[in-house]
Amino acid sequence: MNQIPAVIRVFAYLSLLTVGGGMAAFPEMKVLTVDVHKWLNFHQLIHLYSVGQMAPGPNMMMIVSIGEWAAGALGALLAVVAFFGPTAVLTFVVGRLWKRLEKWPWRTSIQQGLAPVSIGLLLAGCFTMAKGAVTGTETAAIAVGVLLILLRYKVNPALLVVGGAIVGLLSFKP
Amino acid sequence: MSDAAATPSPQFAPAVAARSEASVWDIFLEFLIIGATSFGGVVPYLREALVTKRHWLDDKEFVEMLSISQSLPGLNATNMAVLVGEKLRGPLGAIAGIIGMCLPGGLLMYVVGEFYRQHGDHVWITAALKGVAAAAVGLILSTVVQLSKKSLAGKIDFIFMALTVLAVNRLHLGVPRTLIAVGILAILFHRPRHEKKGAPAQ
Repeated sequence: MNQIPAVIRVFAYLSLLTVGGGMAAFPEMKVLTVDVHKWLNFHQLIHLYSVGQMAPGPNMMMIVSIGEWAAGALGALLAVVAFFGPTAVLTFVVGRLWKRLEKWPWRTSIQQGLAPVSIGLLLAGCFTMAKGAVTGTETAAIAVGVLLILLRYKVNPALLVVGGAIVGLLSFKP
Repeated sequence: MSDAAATPSPQFAPAVAARSEASVWDIFLEFLIIGATSFGGVVPYLREALVTKRHWLDDKEFVEMLSISQSLPGLNATNMAVLVGEKLRGPLGAIAGIIGMCLPGGLLMYVVGEFYRQHGDHVWITAALKGVAAAAVGLILSTVVQLSKKSLAGKIDFIFMALTVLAVNRLHLGVPRTLIAVGILAILFHRPRHEKKGAPAQ
């Protein structure tokens, strides 16, 4: 069955939900890619997202993998275009208007108002993911460990994700 | 083609001169490098490349563009590529920036996704990925804490944040409805107030 139109629809829609970061769209991404279209299962989604944190560039490039699984190479390409296109156009337009909006008092209100909501969306996405990713003492310890290290020390987060892989390998190997 | 090399550029070129030299190709290449090397979050790499190395932006412009990027939907990485590309070379610059930014990570995740599809159920890989996913949860939590420290002012903002989490995770309202409902509430709460700000009203 041709999944191309669905790939475009889903990722263009998710694009507009990424307020404050890619994770904001995660709960909706889970519903659409896992429950509705069944392109992958919940664990695969979590794995791809997490592995994506080790890749350079925008931290949601795992959409390429989902697009490819759903509809091949063309699906991968269209997932990227659909996911980044709408926000790119919006940013382009607003970027040009921004100077003129400087005097508009509601600009600050919108920025201040969206800050707690975008952080809340990030946290909600994190909880959705934690339901599948933090399943026992070991995984909880890894998550808390990474959190504490990042809050205390200046470490490259990608290295800690690699560290998580090593700890996981040692704890869960057969 | 190589006009940048042909013109004898002074050693301490001012930012303006550096800007006028930036071709669409330069923009593409610079963002391609950032897209290929920015492990663990793009913002520090963006500053290093755009402000320190290329002098395409000064620090004030960088902070302002980052604040626009964060207020709009979309990822910081790609929104910054669009804003910087647009500033230097208009629409073509924006397109060159965003393509350069996405290309390396996209190709990598294409290969990784294909590998994972074929070998993802291998016991060793499953074990490592369990650790990776748990670490990613810790990473997102640290982002939440750092952003909260930086941009939440007062108890009411924490209430808006909690409302957002409840609406998505407990009431299952969905992200769009939550965004609109709590967003409007929070924006109205932070509405412009003349008497408090004491801004020079003209």
